[in-house]
Formats: sequence, C-alpha cells, structure tokens
Amino acid sequence: MAKKFLYINRKAPYGTIYALESLEVVLIGAAFEQDVSLAFIDDGVFQLMAGQDTTAAGFKNFSRTYKALGDYEVRKLYVERESLEERGLKLEDLMPITYEDENEDYAEKPSIHVVGRSELASIIAGQDVVLSF
Amino acid sequence: MSTLHTVNKSPFERNALHSCLGHLCAGDAVLMIEDGVFGARKGSSAAPMVQAALQAAKVYALVADLSARGIKPGDVIDGVQLVDYGGFVDLVTQHGRTAAWL
Repeated sequence: MAKKFLYINRKAPYGTIYALESLEVVLIGAAFEQDVSLAFIDDGVFQLMAGQDTTAAGFKNFSRTYKALGDYEVRKLYVERESLEERGLKLEDLMPITYEDENEDYAEKPSIHVVGRSELASIIAGQDVVLSF
Repeated sequence: MSTLHTVNKSPFERNALHSCLGHLCAGDAVLMIEDGVFGARKGSSAAPMVQAALQAAKVYALVADLSARGIKPGDVIDGVQLVDYGGFVDLVTQHGRTAAWL
C-alpha cells in the first residue's frame, strides 16, 4: 500500500546541497509509487523562484526539475504563506508548476498550493513518513 | 497519532527551533538533541518561546547532549523533561511519525 511521504524543504538552493539532494530523493520515492507531497518552508521557498540562471555562477541549474515533478505524479507542492511574506515574495515570483489531470482530459492544473502555517502543521500530522532537508 | 519533532541546531544559530515550534499540533512532542539542547537553558532569549510551547506540547531534551555541553539539570527550563537514549527510542515508538528540524 502506498504510504504518505512528506518532504520538508527549508533551505535555499545552491548554498548547500540540501535542495538538490531532496529533489533526488523525491524522485526516488515517486518511482516507488508512494503518495508524495513537498513542503517549502523558511528559505526553502527560494528553491521555487522563477528565472533562476546559473550560467555565470557556473553550477548546474536544477530548478527545471521541479517543473517535471508532475510527470512523476508529484502534484502536491505546499508553499508556506508566512515564509513567502517574510521574504517579500508572492506566488507570482515562483515558477509556474503544473501537472496534467488524466481525469479531466489532461487539463493543466497548478501543483503549487500556498498554505498557512497552521494548515501546514495539519499536513505534517497527516503523513506516514516525514523527511527533512 | 501525534508527531515527535526533533531539533538539533542551536536557536541562536538557526531558526530550526523557532520554525518547529510554529508547526506544532496540540499533543505533539519536541525533543532537543545535539546543539538543539541550547534551547532548553533557562534565561536565554529563546526560553520564552519554549515556555509558550509547553502550554500545548511536551518538550524533552537529551541528557547526554546537555551534559556534554555543561548544562546541568537545574539549568533547564521548568517543564522541559530530560530523557536518555532509551527515552529517545520510547518517544519515537510512542508517536505516529518523526519530523526533523535541522
């Protein structure tokens, strides 16, 4: 039976290896057909910034991988409202991430859900496994 | 079933404890380990948020990590319970899931 896995992301990309490692583990979990959700809290929200360009910095831009998550049935990306607000960010500052709903003629639907801190606490409480990065 | 939250960073270096305490459900437990135990000391600027969390959650600190850092049982915030490694294992088994704040 599929278990509910929540991956909590609290670090910005590039400065440490956490964000990239999380993404790799998420893809492994999805390959085993688990019920996967991602949470982006604190500096983790920076992982989803639109317009990341690492050309000049010279390291790999893995931000496009988030857009591919829908193809791996990873469709629940919970972004914390308070964390966005603390950083002066709005939903429009993040990459659009969508999935195709096979039950509605493959209509494109948003994967990102902006949720408040208390709602996120409930989401954590509803999981079988929580993995933190 | 409730959640066991572990915190392993000093509240003066990272926001792990602050963020953890903001994501508790009633009945959850918080266990301070490694540098997280600095959050268990009385009289620091982090103490008020720990005391506030004690209203709705249980808070524990790992004795071995307190001792290693020179924090005596009497220095620990009232209401924060001390556990040894066996107690750590018990807490894991008594909760539905463990969430690490690092």
